[in-house]
Amino acid sequence: MAESMELRDIEVWDGNFAAAQALRQAQVDVVAAYPITPSTAIVEGYANFKANGYVDGEFVMVESEHAAMSGCIGAAAAGGRVATATSSQGYALMVETLYSASGMRLPIVLNVVNRALGAPLNVNCDHSDMYLGRDSGWIQLNAYNPQHAYDLNFIAFKVSEDHDVRLPAMVHQDGFLSSHTAQGVHTLSDEVAYNFVGEYQPMNDMLDLDHPVTHGVQTEEDWHYEHKARQHHALMSKVLPKIQEAFDAFETLSGRRYNIVETHQMDDADIAVVCMGTSVETAMEVVNELRATGIKAGVVGIRVIRPWPLEQIADALKNVKAIGALDRSSPNGAMGMLYNEVAGTLFNAGVQTILTDYVYGLGGRDLTKAHLVQIFNDLKANMDAGKPTTPLQQFIGLRGPKLSFF
Amino acid sequence: MKKIKNLKEFSTSADRFEGANLLCPGCAHSIIVREVLNATNDDLILAASTGCLEVCTAVYPYTSWDASWIHIGFENGSTAVAGAEAMYKALKTKGRLKQPDRVPKFVAFGGDGATYDIGFQWISGCFERGHNMMYVCLDNEVYANTGGQRSSSTPIGSSATTSPAGRTSYGEKMNKKDMVAIMAAHGAPYVAQVAPNKWKDMVAKIQKGFAAEGPVYINAMSACTTEWKFSPEDTIAVSDLATDSLVFPLYEIVNGTELNITYRPKNIIPVRDYLGAQGRFKHLFTKQYEYLIDEWQTRVDAKWVQLQRREEARV
Ligand SMILES: Cc1ncc(C[n+]2csc(CCOP(=O)(O)OP(=O)(O)O)c2C)c(N)n1
Ligand code: SF4
Repeated sequence: MAESMELRDIEVWDGNFAAAQALRQAQVDVVAAYPITPSTAIVEGYANFKANGYVDGEFVMVESEHAAMSGCIGAAAAGGRVATATSSQGYALMVETLYSASGMRLPIVLNVVNRALGAPLNVNCDHSDMYLGRDSGWIQLNAYNPQHAYDLNFIAFKVSEDHDVRLPAMVHQDGFLSSHTAQGVHTLSDEVAYNFVGEYQPMNDMLDLDHPVTHGVQTEEDWHYEHKARQHHALMSKVLPKIQEAFDAFETLSGRRYNIVETHQMDDADIAVVCMGTSVETAMEVVNELRATGIKAGVVGIRVIRPWPLEQIADALKNVKAIGALDRSSPNGAMGMLYNEVAGTLFNAGVQTILTDYVYGLGGRDLTKAHLVQIFNDLKANMDAGKPTTPLQQFIGLRGPKLSFF
Repeated sequence: MKKIKNLKEFSTSADRFEGANLLCPGCAHSIIVREVLNATNDDLILAASTGCLEVCTAVYPYTSWDASWIHIGFENGSTAVAGAEAMYKALKTKGRLKQPDRVPKFVAFGGDGATYDIGFQWISGCFERGHNMMYVCLDNEVYANTGGQRSSSTPIGSSATTSPAGRTSYGEKMNKKDMVAIMAAHGAPYVAQVAPNKWKDMVAKIQKGFAAEGPVYINAMSACTTEWKFSPEDTIAVSDLATDSLVFPLYEIVNGTELNITYRPKNIIPVRDYLGAQGRFKHLFTKQYEYLIDEWQTRVDAKWVQLQRREEARV
């Protein structure tokens, strides 16, 4: 039996250690992992817990991220709780297997500490890795700070392992900005945390020796379509209600409230930004300051990236007159992903508004409050004019000549 | 350990790999898999890499496997089984195994492409970490599933679709990679080369492998009727030519050092006979390329001398 660990009600943890603590408290059975900045400390933390008797699962230090996810898939198919962590190039190396994990409907929790993709090589935060895997069929949750990184891991296990869902889940947090920033984190006791996640309930497990199962079959044109459609259906129809249930249960347990779409000052907002990660909290501060000057600004923070919460996002933005979608990934030849998805969502909901795309923070470049003020000024100008007066897409905080497109 | 008296009993002793599959008639993959599975009564957890075996045996809604089986990708059958083995250990520690008194064996199958090339890193990782598993390479010396491209197991002079023989080329230019030696160099407790025609030798090695603690590598010669270009009914005859010409010598390496030759043909036949039985070497029997047949013989002789020396010297 793994030894229990006494925690204070509030511990000073960075996002990585918070995630490692969550893996320990969920008493994961197998962690197969490979280090990469800035997520390394998650599996180091787990290895340390193992070395000191605080976990009795297996820690397999494999030779690459592709193998990490391959091992996680084999372990999950064998029938037990599985987790790992990665970033950037490691995530890119995993991508082939991400599709296998979701296609085989295996519950695995992957902590993604978001980081830019090379070239040029860069270890700092942006959402390029997250964007790369957005169609891989995983549930994807977004943490804005260490507290969220801790709490959302429990939510991820609970939803992912639910027998009605059986889909793997990612918890994203911003490299360095959350992963290496220590804050006071409200904790759960080992017992309370484990009971919330619950004992792992195997399903179609390879280690049930009396009931052999075949995983990872070939389907081709006669069945592939049906399998993918059912996978999508599970994501679209079952996951959001389960996440809502888990959020509600978690609030009862901890007093901490999470929402599928997080809103700040949105009830009467005329202008708003939509964003993810650490920039959500910066934007909230800026909104508070703008509100004091009478500008009706608001923030929509994406909490659940996949499945994309169409209705909740449309609902939050339906009365807003000018919106900025903040994309932290190089759009590489298109509008940003967040822009496109918000645009599609609003169009579908019949919401006529002015939507612009702000690319920011690539490779760890700061998004300052001044940048956000400038963005809100743009949005206000667009609202006042009743039509776009600023470029459709801009790069925020870029040195040298101003770049704008479209 | 399972006792096996004769071939008839052996061939019908277990049916965890069904005859119903889509492999070509005469495919040695199916014979080898059956021999491996029939060598034991233990519970099995199996994996396969992408390749002929995988695409022909788990086509939804059917499966040829009456034991738990998983396929992820071309390169990672080894790590899939290693992950399952890690889960077995974890659940054992935590007292959560459903059948705690049964100890399954973990086996991964891969073609030579999956093994010698793309999956090499994963296998090496699994062996370095010492997972309790057996890796069986179905070595047909070519990427058969994708239509006959060369692999690093394809022997010199063989005509493959990406190293075709033609007016200015005799086909594959590189020598076959010595995967058995490389795997033995990992210090694996047991490594062996086997062939389906020598079934007793094969069963003995598989059983030794299952008895070993740690990662075991089995290199199984798998004659491919389609890509080697011989008649489907000749699989065993071609296999006999391979082992009796010493093109595929049968031996084992214990703990990375102790090498034992397990089959010494009474009459060693010329390599020419082995090459001549297969369409992939047909062009070698022309004036332009015939010198390669002598070179082949020289290479096979040298390897045989080397194996015998290693056996004697215990290195
Ligand atoms: C990453 C990746 N690259 C390429 C392929 C295409 N592919 C599938 S099977 C195969 C060849 C299999 O050859 P081998 O491993 O020798 O097995 P065999 O079919 O000969 O038994 C190839 C190239 C793939 N499935 N995945
Ligand atoms: S192509 Fe070769 S290896 Fe593949 S099924 Fe046919 S005989 Fe077997």
